[in-house]
Amino acid sequence: MRTNNLILQTVTKIVIFIIMTFAFFLFISGHNNPGGGFAGGMTTAAALVLLYLAYDVKTVHEGIPVDFKTLSLLGVFIAVVTGTSSLVMGKPFLNQSFGYYTLPLLGETELTTALLFDTGVAMAVVGMALTIIDAISKDISEDNCPWKP
Amino acid sequence: MYNLVVLPLLIPVLCGLLMGIFRKSIAFQKCLSLLSLLLTGAAAFYLVQQVSARGIQILELGGWQAPFGIVLVVDMLAALLLAAASLVSIACLLFAFKSIGPEREKYYFYPFLQFLIAGVNGCFLTGDLFNLYVCFEVMLVASYVLLSLGGSKPQLSEGIKYVVINVISSTLFLIAIGYLYGVLGTLNMAHLSLRIAAIGQTGLVSVIAILLLIVFSLKAALFLYFWLPGAYGALPPAIATIFAALLTKVGIYAIMRMFSLVFYHQPQITHDLLAVMAVLTMLIGGIGAVVHGDIRNIAAYNVVIGVGFVVFGWTVFTPAAVTGAIYYLIHDMLMKALLFMLVGTIIIIVGSSKLRDMSGMITHHPLLGWLFLISALALTGIPPLSGFVGKYLIIQEGLTRGAVHTGYYIGVAVGLLSTLMILYSLIKIFVRGFWGETTLSPDMEKGNTRGLILPCILLTAAGVFWGGGAELIYPYVEMAAASLLDPAIYIGAVLGEVI
Amino acid sequence: METLMSVIVGIIFAIGVYLVLSNSLLRIILGISVLAHGANLLIITMGGLKKGGVPILREEAAAYTDPLPQALILTAIVINFAITAFLLVLAYRAYQTTGVDDMDDLRGPDHV
Repeated sequence: MRTNNLILQTVTKIVIFIIMTFAFFLFISGHNNPGGGFAGGMTTAAALVLLYLAYDVKTVHEGIPVDFKTLSLLGVFIAVVTGTSSLVMGKPFLNQSFGYYTLPLLGETELTTALLFDTGVAMAVVGMALTIIDAISKDISEDNCPWKP
Repeated sequence: MYNLVVLPLLIPVLCGLLMGIFRKSIAFQKCLSLLSLLLTGAAAFYLVQQVSARGIQILELGGWQAPFGIVLVVDMLAALLLAAASLVSIACLLFAFKSIGPEREKYYFYPFLQFLIAGVNGCFLTGDLFNLYVCFEVMLVASYVLLSLGGSKPQLSEGIKYVVINVISSTLFLIAIGYLYGVLGTLNMAHLSLRIAAIGQTGLVSVIAILLLIVFSLKAALFLYFWLPGAYGALPPAIATIFAALLTKVGIYAIMRMFSLVFYHQPQITHDLLAVMAVLTMLIGGIGAVVHGDIRNIAAYNVVIGVGFVVFGWTVFTPAAVTGAIYYLIHDMLMKALLFMLVGTIIIIVGSSKLRDMSGMITHHPLLGWLFLISALALTGIPPLSGFVGKYLIIQEGLTRGAVHTGYYIGVAVGLLSTLMILYSLIKIFVRGFWGETTLSPDMEKGNTRGLILPCILLTAAGVFWGGGAELIYPYVEMAAASLLDPAIYIGAVLGEVI
Repeated sequence: METLMSVIVGIIFAIGVYLVLSNSLLRIILGISVLAHGANLLIITMGGLKKGGVPILREEAAAYTDPLPQALILTAIVINFAITAFLLVLAYRAYQTTGVDDMDDLRGPDHV
């Protein structure tokens, strides 16, 4: 049965940008304000879940050809490596450093290594949430089951 | 600040993540996991040496000072356990290379093994109660995955029970942490110890201590052991080995650490309860090992006896007895791993785990048979082998303590009885499985043992060294016991700059 | 306020325990989830329900709420989320393989 999702799909096309922008705002503001990698990542994942609802799994996968399992592992890897980098500098594990830089358009900006850590966290959260959605949406018994039940 | 402390936790995590990212190449995963464990082992042995030379080492994560940030602390006990855990995990990995099968390798077996080891190492290292909870969870989630990987019927039905029991005990852990934070306002173990020493161990604190005791004894299979035989019986040999060698020991470590560092003011409540539980554990484990006719169950109940014996030795709470308990704990890690590997090899050869299906294997597998005999004798505690020193110290100190507190005579009696039961249950496997008429010719065997004996030999060598080299090892273990019995050493190392 | 929260935590625990003690696997998973929420609520209550500012260091705010319980339960929630997802998938696989979701039928290692 084909349902008519025209309204949902049209609204999604607009709303997805609003959610993504908000997610990015949350992600960037995280260091000194409420927000951060987890909240930003979760909001991004919510936006992508909305895409899944409006379209189907196949369309979304064609649009975003990313293996979410690898994405989440890569995210945790980036986060841990950021923590480890302070080891090389002779500081305690997970130590952070920050500095102020003048960037085009933004002006004086505070850049911290915690932002890199947060990038990893956000990737991990997005990847993990979508892996779960993926796994639950597909019936694991049929095409993807490594061991025949 | 001493960054080396974090390496046993960090190396397996990083390598596990890399393996997950490059999941397609099994050869790469194998090489990397071996490399990672070798590096972890090297770091652990270097830590043992450093701690013996320079005392307790700590690392304040992110540069946050001790009671406010999370600290990693490595004292002699943690360092020795780290070293033993990495030895066991290397042997287990070598065993898994040959026995785990391509299906499991394809579905993240090696990464989850790394995460499991990272969780175990994290539990040994951490100096913060909530961080201990997190490391427990890392270890447990990895163990849930390893337990259900493969999805056979017994694995799933036993897996669900294992997961549900452990999740509920984790919730209890969280509740205990909440209460402790409400009562004392801190979660750093050294700081907790100071605060309890200041306000006295009131009834409320003792209740929380008992709640934590329930949590840890569920994890350690101390008296609350009922989930263990079923779960371990459903596992493939390599995974059962790593579970038997490491998971329950983490629970024992947590009991030892919490009840000697933090809750040591009311031993007539907590420690006596622990002693009673330990004695019952030995008794029940012994009965289980004697009555079962399935070698997996016999091995699993032997784990239960070992837990009871270590905790009983620790509750005697004299320097020599605690030394004995730590000595026996590490012996138990090495030898239980060996026992499970040998049992796994037997199952691979025979294709069944029932004693009645096996007979006369010594004709075609003499090395396996003699290794099994050595492990049985070591677990019983025959003098030159590794179980002897720990058992001797525990029994001797138990008898001395019994003069003051007659209950300990019962404990010693049950300890000796359980030793007999270990001997009986293991010799039963040896006699039925290796002696008698040879029923299996080499071409009738269900699997080959190529490559499986090597890790067993490795562990046997480690066990023989642990027993024969007692003169060499004893000072280290004694140092571990000393720092366990005197909380001031640990507190001074962690909070030295603050107080 | 703390008293009221304690009562609520108690009720949540009662519901969780009731669900965990039932026979159906799905109810047990729901019960575990409820228990974990109760534990999180307990930790927040234990930190004290003060009315203060956001626990981020600024010049103006005089009183801060205790940030530690919040950090603790954030971690606990994430862990609980992962475990619940895992348990659901495990229960589903177990139902597919064994065809039962009743704990009575999963009794003993020899039933299969």
